[in-house]
Amino acid sequence: MQEYPKFMKRNNSRLIKDKLLFVFVCLFAGFSALPLFAILGQVLIKGYKQLSFSFFTEPTPTAYKVMLAISEGKHIPGGIANGIIGTMIMLFMAVIVAVPIGILCGAFLSENSKSKFAKVVSYLTDLLQGTPSIIIGIIVYIWVVVPMKGYSAIAGSVALCIMMLPLIIRSTEETLKILPSSLKEAGLALGGNRARVMLKVQLPSAFGGIFTGVLLAISRVIGETAPLMFTALGCSFIQYSITQPISAVPLLIWEFFNDPNLQELIWGASLFLLLFVLTLNIIAKYVAKKWNQ
Amino acid sequence: MNDKIYKTILFLTALVVPIVCGGIVYALVTDAYSAFEHFGFFKFLTSSQWNYTQGNEQYGALPFITGTLLTTLLALLFCIPFSLPISLFVGEYFKGSLIASILSTITDLLAGIPSIIYGLWGFYTLRPLLIALNISPQGSGILTASLVLAIMIVPYASSLSAEFIKMVPNELKETAYSLGATRMEVISKVVFPVSGSGIFSSFILAIGRALGETMTVTMLIGNTNNIPLSITSTGNSMASIIANQFGEASGLRLSSLIAIGFILFLITAIINMVGKMMIKHARIS
Repeated sequence: MQEYPKFMKRNNSRLIKDKLLFVFVCLFAGFSALPLFAILGQVLIKGYKQLSFSFFTEPTPTAYKVMLAISEGKHIPGGIANGIIGTMIMLFMAVIVAVPIGILCGAFLSENSKSKFAKVVSYLTDLLQGTPSIIIGIIVYIWVVVPMKGYSAIAGSVALCIMMLPLIIRSTEETLKILPSSLKEAGLALGGNRARVMLKVQLPSAFGGIFTGVLLAISRVIGETAPLMFTALGCSFIQYSITQPISAVPLLIWEFFNDPNLQELIWGASLFLLLFVLTLNIIAKYVAKKWNQ
Repeated sequence: MNDKIYKTILFLTALVVPIVCGGIVYALVTDAYSAFEHFGFFKFLTSSQWNYTQGNEQYGALPFITGTLLTTLLALLFCIPFSLPISLFVGEYFKGSLIASILSTITDLLAGIPSIIYGLWGFYTLRPLLIALNISPQGSGILTASLVLAIMIVPYASSLSAEFIKMVPNELKETAYSLGATRMEVISKVVFPVSGSGIFSSFILAIGRALGETMTVTMLIGNTNNIPLSITSTGNSMASIIANQFGEASGLRLSSLIAIGFILFLITAIINMVGKMMIKHARIS
């Protein structure tokens, strides 16, 4: 009679182990989804009470006003308008610099993927992407805050720009590389030069992927606190000047966290930030899906 | 002619990346130099003193290096039992199904949550829980920080490992099935050996994330400048000491903080480089 290897003999313990692994995988995979709902739930339940029109139009209240409102049992006055405006100003400045440079750099990497210089740039992009955000904060402090002799919105936006750059470069490069080469060749065969083909054929066809990348980059830097702590610093009133210290929504959350009198305001600001970031993420995912079809 | 201008423009913008990276290293080295010169590079790495009283300044990075390594390794330990099941769920058991795409959307969204909100959740939900369960007397410390860090790195580790698990060729799996193997045996004897190096590299990249995480750790680690002796004791990581003291520091203290930043930069750069190289290797083979 032929001897079968041990694992081929039909016995129940193998089947039970198989089932156990399946249950284990489902259980732990399901369990990993819980933190999202726990965090969302906590922020929603504690934060929705603070959301009102004035929360978005008024700057941070003073500790005294908050204490007064709490002791009288009233709705807490003031809001996070200074943070929202600061975030928008810095984000705008970062985007208008990082997007063109990132796209051109990504185009360079996809056009010259074999050259040695491109390999170095590609490696350094990874390095930049992996650099901890607090280090970016230190660097911009040394580069911008020290020479300008003060914290400013410019410094904050430089930090955000450096953080966005590698993300945009990577997404542009990867999207351009996926495009069929026949697309580019057809454009060149029609007599267009390389710049024209890139601008009129390749970039428009890659728009969805690049747009997703930009959205994800924005959603990633909008919640960053560490690089803004030593660059934008924060400001308790609405500030429009880009050479002055300015606030941002995550910086406000950090301030509220550290000030026992303002802790009631944490959740409203967190809810705003969380909803903003998650919406951007979902839109990005939707755009990517649409574009892939 | 036009082509030449186009190529030059592309080349010039591509120069931005090396310039920024070079500038980072240059600025860190020049500003950290006075600390390294004053204490000596190896003495700075191995000293556990952190004293900023005027006239008796002593700075050493050892407590913070220990804090960073301890939180990162613990976070990795907590992350593995969750990220491996997710990647098997998405990449093997329910590959391509609706429920798998729901789960991967959820993990993607988890990756998008700002770290300060993770910190708040850890501080206001997890910390009281740890106190109530009598695990840690003061609630904050290495353990609390690494638990939340683990949740933060699960998405990074699992989405990349799932990608490698998906790439295991069907023929290999089918051969094993035709020999009578159960799914568990296929996973342990075919899927893991084939995708192992890819999964390993995804954990290395997750470590790279955890090393530099600032806000969560700063909010949860307890912020004491001693070498942590147990996992429930408080401490400081390299990122959190910078976040805590950079704003008020000057002179030698500032330089020492930048020196810590430089060491952190080097460690994350090496870890990320190793991870990327392993991924490239895993994709080719």
